[in-house]
Amino acid sequence: MISEILTMNGYGFYVWSAFAFSLLNFTLLYVVIKIQYIKEKEKFIAKFGALNPERATIAKSQSINKEILSNTSTI
Amino acid sequence: MFKYFEPNKIFSITSKAPKYVLFLFIIILTVGLIEALILSPEDYKQSHSVRIMYVHVPAAWICLGIFSMITFLSVIGYVFKIRNFFLISKSLAPSGFVFSVIALVTGSIWGKPTWGTWWAWDARITSMLILSLFYFIYLIAWRIYDNDDKAFKITTIITVAGIINVPIIKYSVDWWNTLHQQASINILSKSSIHVSMLYPLLIMTAAFTLFSLLIFLMKYNTELIKIKNKGLDRL
Repeated sequence: MISEILTMNGYGFYVWSAFAFSLLNFTLLYVVIKIQYIKEKEKFIAKFGALNPERATIAKSQSINKEILSNTSTI
Repeated sequence: MFKYFEPNKIFSITSKAPKYVLFLFIIILTVGLIEALILSPEDYKQSHSVRIMYVHVPAAWICLGIFSMITFLSVIGYVFKIRNFFLISKSLAPSGFVFSVIALVTGSIWGKPTWGTWWAWDARITSMLILSLFYFIYLIAWRIYDNDDKAFKITTIITVAGIINVPIIKYSVDWWNTLHQQASINILSKSSIHVSMLYPLLIMTAAFTLFSLLIFLMKYNTELIKIKNKGLDRL
């Protein structure tokens, strides 16, 4: 049964490589976008940390900034 | 109505949504892969090579859909000066590009056992290649001009030029003699595909759609943080 699924009447190479290529691209795209996201967020946190208290208060008054700082999602 | 599309308002949703979308995507993809690779029947003519359809067709559908959406949003965004529509378009493009590459490569892999060749310059394949190039140029334009008014103008021109190619892709199999078969699935008339193959195809399409939604949300959040970074510089 397993060998039948793998070989697929001689079409296994084509079918598996098409699916593998798609899933590999999914993984690569996900990783690239994730890295961009992390880099940009770290940059934001570093910049926020470097602000003086007065400017930090102004920046914190914006809800989106608070969201970025509080968002610890792993995705 | 457009105030609801303000980034400040929707970031609280878009920043939390990816984990749920990823979870749903993994479940639906797992079901789709089992259906596509094991449970669905082989074709009487193409045998098991027909299974390539379950990645090739959804990828092609989605990259066409995303390009149409990008064009619509760019034109509306340009006419009504809605900056956020450009941000949405820019965030949709990476997954659209990857799906166009997947459609081309899996089509090429499918072509070898079916037509005996990896590549042919027929109307459908060539027009799909042109769409990939438009996606590529669109992404490069954003890299070069990055969030300027010039970028809005140039990316809109690219999408308007590229959208001409979309109906050509769709009707190329009707207008010219190509290696591609004609559409098996029609919304307005009866589809020639059997339900045992239609269901796995629809499940895989749902999984691919969820993946593009996931990438869109992650990219969109990244772009919003990028804008906020520039805002902190100005403080």
